[in-house]
Amino acid sequence: MSDRDLNTTGRIFDIQRFSVHDGPGIRTIVFLKGCGFRCRWCCNPESQSYEIEEAFQDDKKIVYGKDVTVKEVMEIVAKDRPYYSRSGGGLTLSGGECLLQPEFTLSLLKTAKEMGITTAIESTGNASFDVIERILPYLDLYLMDIKHMNSDKHKEFIGRPNHLVLENAVKISKRAKELIIRVPVIPTFNDTEEEISDIARFAANLSGVKELHLLPYHQFGRDKYQRLGRDYPMGDIATPDKEHMERLRLIGEKSGLKCKIGG
Amino acid sequence: MSITNLEEIRKSDRIDKLKENLFKSMPEIEADRGVLITESYQETEGLPIIERRAKAFKKICENIPITIRDLELVVGSATKAPRGCQVFPEYSYEWLESEFDTVATRSADPFYISEETKERLRKVYPYWKGKTTSDLASSYMTEETRLSIEHNIFTPGNYFYNGVGHITVHYDEVLKYGYKGLIAKAQGELKSCEPSDGDYITKSSFLKSAIESMQAAITYAKRYSHLAKEMADKETDPQRREELLVISRNCDRVPENGAESFYEACQSFWFVQMLLQTESSGHSISPGRFDQYMYPYYKKDIDEGKITPEFAQELMDCIWIKLNDLNKVRDAASAEGFAGYSLFQNLIAGGQDENGLDATNELSFMCIFATKHVLLPQPSFSVRVWNKTPHEFLIKAAELTRTGVGLPAYYNDEVIIPALINRGLTIEEARDYNIIGCVEPQKSGKTDGWHDAAFFNMCRIVELVFSRGMDKGVRIGPDTGDVCQFKTFDEFFDAYKAQMNHQIKLLVNADNAIDVAHMVRCPLPFLSSMVDDCMKKGKSVQEGGAVYNFTGPQGFGIANMADALFAIKKLVFEEKKVTLSFFKEALENNYGKGIDENKAQLLTGEIVKQLAMNGQEVTEELIKNVYQNVINETGADTGKYAELLSMIDALPKFGNDIPEVDAFAREVAYTYTKPLENYTNPRGGRYQAGLYPVSANVPLGAQTGATPDGRFAYTPVADGVSPCAGKDVNGPTASANSVSKLDHFIASNGTLFNMKFHPSALEGRSGLESFTALIRGYFDQKGMHMQFNVVSRETLLDAQKHPENYKSLVVRVAGYSALFTTLSKSLQDDIINRTEQSNF
Repeated sequence: MSDRDLNTTGRIFDIQRFSVHDGPGIRTIVFLKGCGFRCRWCCNPESQSYEIEEAFQDDKKIVYGKDVTVKEVMEIVAKDRPYYSRSGGGLTLSGGECLLQPEFTLSLLKTAKEMGITTAIESTGNASFDVIERILPYLDLYLMDIKHMNSDKHKEFIGRPNHLVLENAVKISKRAKELIIRVPVIPTFNDTEEEISDIARFAANLSGVKELHLLPYHQFGRDKYQRLGRDYPMGDIATPDKEHMERLRLIGEKSGLKCKIGG
Repeated sequence: MSITNLEEIRKSDRIDKLKENLFKSMPEIEADRGVLITESYQETEGLPIIERRAKAFKKICENIPITIRDLELVVGSATKAPRGCQVFPEYSYEWLESEFDTVATRSADPFYISEETKERLRKVYPYWKGKTTSDLASSYMTEETRLSIEHNIFTPGNYFYNGVGHITVHYDEVLKYGYKGLIAKAQGELKSCEPSDGDYITKSSFLKSAIESMQAAITYAKRYSHLAKEMADKETDPQRREELLVISRNCDRVPENGAESFYEACQSFWFVQMLLQTESSGHSISPGRFDQYMYPYYKKDIDEGKITPEFAQELMDCIWIKLNDLNKVRDAASAEGFAGYSLFQNLIAGGQDENGLDATNELSFMCIFATKHVLLPQPSFSVRVWNKTPHEFLIKAAELTRTGVGLPAYYNDEVIIPALINRGLTIEEARDYNIIGCVEPQKSGKTDGWHDAAFFNMCRIVELVFSRGMDKGVRIGPDTGDVCQFKTFDEFFDAYKAQMNHQIKLLVNADNAIDVAHMVRCPLPFLSSMVDDCMKKGKSVQEGGAVYNFTGPQGFGIANMADALFAIKKLVFEEKKVTLSFFKEALENNYGKGIDENKAQLLTGEIVKQLAMNGQEVTEELIKNVYQNVINETGADTGKYAELLSMIDALPKFGNDIPEVDAFAREVAYTYTKPLENYTNPRGGRYQAGLYPVSANVPLGAQTGATPDGRFAYTPVADGVSPCAGKDVNGPTASANSVSKLDHFIASNGTLFNMKFHPSALEGRSGLESFTALIRGYFDQKGMHMQFNVVSRETLLDAQKHPENYKSLVVRVAGYSALFTTLSKSLQDDIINRTEQSNF
């Protein structure tokens, strides 16, 4: 463990322990602040801006964002080591987009591996591949979002085209220890059988990818928009129903991948 | 077993019907035992007490009404009415007599009592005046001790009013040799004594009494054999007739002889279990390692094709039902501390054998299934977990947890075995441990643990520091100086230790007084015939006949005290934000919160009593004035203390995986656990501490003033070693890590760690996997015990109303788990509604 890694700083907005749905086993998720995408359905609106933000709930001030060193983060992550080893869990970096803080992310993953803690990231893959390439040796599981195969629609709902994501997906699939493709299933955006089928076929063609996760849209981020004084872009759109999700799951399976609902 | 897994065996229809019959009516008090023992005592005046006890037991076994209930396969009922209870006037009786007219309507554990029963008991009660164990215990205690009990510093009420129980006898020996074999053993011992031996008189008297009581047990079983035969002769349903004939044969053979089949073993086990609770009123008569001592009979029958797993399961389910047929009436106050009609018959499955190999077998699984089939509080079902516990076994246990029944409790071999070796057990004995009652580990058939010896409220100690040893105007502890003059935290902590040590001394005096009272007035020859080395020593368990003798009083309120002392250290001495005198004032005024009407009335009553004793005339007006003063002086004025409360609130709390606070909790626990180790009991054993509260943290909290952790007066104290309710907000792993930092090895009388989960957190196979990993992770860090409340929709609704009580409640939201109270109202509603849909 180098002092350089331990003293590297980054900006996070939360650390969540005993998380059991983002990667295998019991995990600690570190949420990094800042994201290049502006997904309309984003359930962590406080993650999007890199700036430290203030919000109010019941007259209490909440501050989103904190600058911390790798050492500070890993001291918390290390606390649950017994549970990682018993469950096959470990550290997951989420966000925001961790690739936008490349030095911090690299140092976190490197330090975790040196401490014998397994690593995962939840990432859009929307960064220069040079950045991704540097972290792959220290990464056990890449949970990568692919949200749409049509670049125009991608741009409309997310703010950016999908070229870089798809290009990187191909490159990552050749180099990552394990890659799982995840699709947030969003009504009005990508919840038709055809749209899911397109993503599934693309994922199935990536070398080494075996699993596809469909994550149904939910409104749990809604309150946070209010707190931040922002409008909720999704309005009253409802969560996809169980039957529909099951139909989409079967579509996903047709691609030859193992497809499950939820993480 | 090559593959340590067993799929669930179907529940027979009989079980639901037995359960239904059991709960048809309210539990009832019956007079027969009370009358019979009185008659016997009147007949045996002048004989040695051990012989009188044997003769009384014999008279009860020969004459108490017996009954075989509909559909039963395993028979033997202590009362005519299901879930009824007998009375035990030799321990105490006044409380029941005074509750005759309220016991049926009281809030905790009500019992029906007929006018006829009251009448019969009223006739025999006068005989017992001055003759009970509680009368004698009381007379043995010092004045100081009695005062501390009166002032609720500790409560040894359990054994003060009742038998001791809390034992696991040699079920294995009765199953193997029958009482015939054990009688032969006693006779052999008797033959080897010379009348000229120094201990001949007492030893022979004990052995004869043991023999007489074992013969009584045989007689009792034979009565059932006859009854079953009579019932069979009248039975028109051919299947039931056949069942009754088998019951008759079983009861004729066992427990007199060694069991030759699994069915006989079940019947033999049951007679032991119920007769122990007829001889004495002690609870926590714990079956222990049922899956181990029953296994040879199961294995043999299965190998020989004499039994199917289905029928074996049905028999076990019947026993599980029967364990709920036994009952015990306690005084109103104790009933609150042991709420739920519980008899704490702890039965444990899994773990390792005495050679250190994994001992999980088919019956271990079937114990889980039986618990799932009956879904009743008895037995207090536990599982042992060690590094080699089969994963599949733990998963099945977790499935049981998921039902919300609160069972099983999980125990860590990796802590308990070394902890017991540290108390002098051999490694083989320690590996064979089981749990008594709530959480108390010991070696079966060799130990009189006197677990559950008293509740010790650690919060009251800090009150004594502030009050210089005074409580309600009476001195009950040493004067440890004016806190306002304390210059360092160490001075405060030293005062805490001084108050603690003083009360521990008195606690020991109380327990030893009660211990001697049981020795002198209620030795138990029947129970002692199944505990080593009573026969060899020629002494009952109560006289120190067991190989290992302990006394284990349980302390509670560690989390409050850790947070409280930490608050004082930080705010007063390190950050110098408040003075101790302001703290003292805040506590006296309950942080300005005032007190409720009931408490105000109580206080008024006490003050008036004091005034009257000082010679003042008591008029209605005086009472009114005093009451008004009480209300005024304790009236709500939170403003003054709001800042202090928010400062306390902002401090780190035990249960959040913060090393500084956790280390503190460890030290606080030591102030209780370490001094206790220095004391001995009258049976030649030592004291060992437990850290658990049963359910007493609520009623005893109601007698405790405000504490410096920000806890308001008369509210519950933290339970067991768990963090204060709602103060652990970093999730289950953080909470478990904090608790694991206490020294569980030294608390060898048991520790108790409660966790709350919503059923959704255990959903699916992956939920079970994370759940078991959480247990393993806590145990890897040397936690001793864990149990889970898997909470329901009702709880969630309550959590919405009172979020302050549920800060650590984990729910699974969607793709993630979260603390329920941190979610928005709308999301909470969503989860509650979802809960309803999925029928949790």
